[in-house]
Amino acid sequence: MKNPYLPLPVRIEKVVVETEDNNVKTFSLCFVNKEDEGGFTYTPGQFAEVSVLGKGEAPFGMASSPTQPGCLEFTVSKAGVVTTALHNMEAGGIVGVRGPLGNGYPVEALKGSNVVMIGGGFGFSTLRALTNFLLDDANRGSFGDVTVIYGARSPGLLLYKDELKQWQERTDLHLYLTVDVGDQEWRGRVGVVPKVAKDIAPGSENTYAVICGPPVMIRFTLPVIKELGFTADRTLLSLEMRMKCGLGMCGRCNIGAKYVCRDGPVFSLAELNQLPQEFWG
Amino acid sequence: MRAKIIRKDDVAGLLESLMEEYEVFAPVKRDGLVLFERISSASEVFLDYQNSVMPPKQLTFPQTETLFGYSSAKGEVKIEVPHREEKPQLIFGIRPCDASSFVVLDRVFDGEEYKDTYYLERREKTVTVSMGCVKPRSTCFCSSVAGGPFSTDGSDLLLTDIGDKYVAQIVSDKGAQLLEEREFRDATEDELASAATVVKAAEASMGPGVEMDGLKDKLDSSFDDPIWHQLTEKCLSCGICTFLCPTCHCFDIVDEAVDSNGERIRIWDSCQFPLFTLQASGLNPRPTVKERFRQRMMHKFSYFLDRYGRVGCVGCGRCITECPVNLDLRQVLNSVSRLEGVK
Repeated sequence: MKNPYLPLPVRIEKVVVETEDNNVKTFSLCFVNKEDEGGFTYTPGQFAEVSVLGKGEAPFGMASSPTQPGCLEFTVSKAGVVTTALHNMEAGGIVGVRGPLGNGYPVEALKGSNVVMIGGGFGFSTLRALTNFLLDDANRGSFGDVTVIYGARSPGLLLYKDELKQWQERTDLHLYLTVDVGDQEWRGRVGVVPKVAKDIAPGSENTYAVICGPPVMIRFTLPVIKELGFTADRTLLSLEMRMKCGLGMCGRCNIGAKYVCRDGPVFSLAELNQLPQEFWG
Repeated sequence: MRAKIIRKDDVAGLLESLMEEYEVFAPVKRDGLVLFERISSASEVFLDYQNSVMPPKQLTFPQTETLFGYSSAKGEVKIEVPHREEKPQLIFGIRPCDASSFVVLDRVFDGEEYKDTYYLERREKTVTVSMGCVKPRSTCFCSSVAGGPFSTDGSDLLLTDIGDKYVAQIVSDKGAQLLEEREFRDATEDELASAATVVKAAEASMGPGVEMDGLKDKLDSSFDDPIWHQLTEKCLSCGICTFLCPTCHCFDIVDEAVDSNGERIRIWDSCQFPLFTLQASGLNPRPTVKERFRQRMMHKFSYFLDRYGRVGCVGCGRCITECPVNLDLRQVLNSVSRLEGVK
């Protein structure tokens, strides 16, 4: 029997401060034992429990794409005990990773379709993983149009700035960036994500909408998506809940009979419509 | 039915012989409380009880448990799972409800994809010698939840008190082995008939319990019904119902560390506590007593059924007897069952 509670040791290879408020950092974590790397096969949208020994563990979606093998990336907002401890660590430090956990985005089902990703805040991390997965040379031909609508409260809070610049150069990706409030240098869109989604109005024919962001963004984005003609089974959401075990045993992340850690974190709106409406708090 | 006879005068001798092979846990009375404890002498056992205050759940799922210890030095981290060289354990006198709770917990911890190795190793080494309930309590409702005062679910042996002896029904291979290694004679037809009379009388004495017909549908459709506010108004969120519940399995995982050494510990937690689902962002999907109490009912009587094909309750009634504000789960569920205008 494999003990599912044991973390694999990983070394912090690189730490990137993502936001101007220093509150969000991306950690590049590399397996200390190379043989562990091969056992950790994941799809975009899956997550892992990251351990800071002595402080505890917390779940984060992988921000890296499995098409970029090697180290795992996690984008972490400083909020509680574990994330604060992680933020205080530097390259070279040893932490633990347990996973991959959860279902991830249904990349096989997306094949042959267009994909519109709508993200906000640091919830964008697994959509970044999905974008890189779809844009990978080996995969790009399997998918139709790829559109990314991504917003943050201010320009300084947008993640992955260098990568966004590279994405803007690409002809096989429609990238729309927006901020709630601009600044003197910002020349892009200003407006909240749901409004921008409405203005851009991506076509819904043969298209999946994939949404990840704060509850308030989701709440106002869903009606827009519906109006654009996206059906509930082609509207995918990645949810967040407090978790501990990640295995469907510790009993805290359920919505109705579904565990977000085991059956999710990715659900179609059609699935969520069958469940008690308990996830927005 | 295969059954042997154990004379009451022989129970002490049987326990002494079992103690050579097993860690034996049995009901013991301490400071007026009946609890399952490890015994070192048969004289400690107290069998004139209806049920223990706490279920013997901690014998397979301890309240706190070290998942692993770790130490780090010079960039190297060592992780060690505590080595357990435990004797097999035998629970003598466990009630049928509590024995069946292990079958409920198995559903959670023995998953298709993930196995809780800590629970399963202990479970594998556990033998249950159950004592059927001649006098069920007024708060017992095992018969409502597919059990009964003499249910064999989760037992290896089931004892039925027929006066000066027990009829020991063999339920599993473990139970068969235990008796066959020792010299007990087969039960006679007359003795089996006496046992059947005792069982029938006990079953007939059970209260009305919970109306299970259609309950799940009512629960599923009453999620947003205002009745949950009324039903849960007096709940204090103290969580004793969950801590005394033989099937509650929710837990927290925490680290305890001194310098660079420490342990990761699993500890029982409760869905009745406000912090249970509080996210770091400040969002809490179950912010008040109403949502948390409803979650407890829904989890046991709807979600568990969906997920594992049986209800997550064995009807022991501890959540009723020990509730400080006399909130009665049977009344709560029956109120939902009787809701009108809800499907």
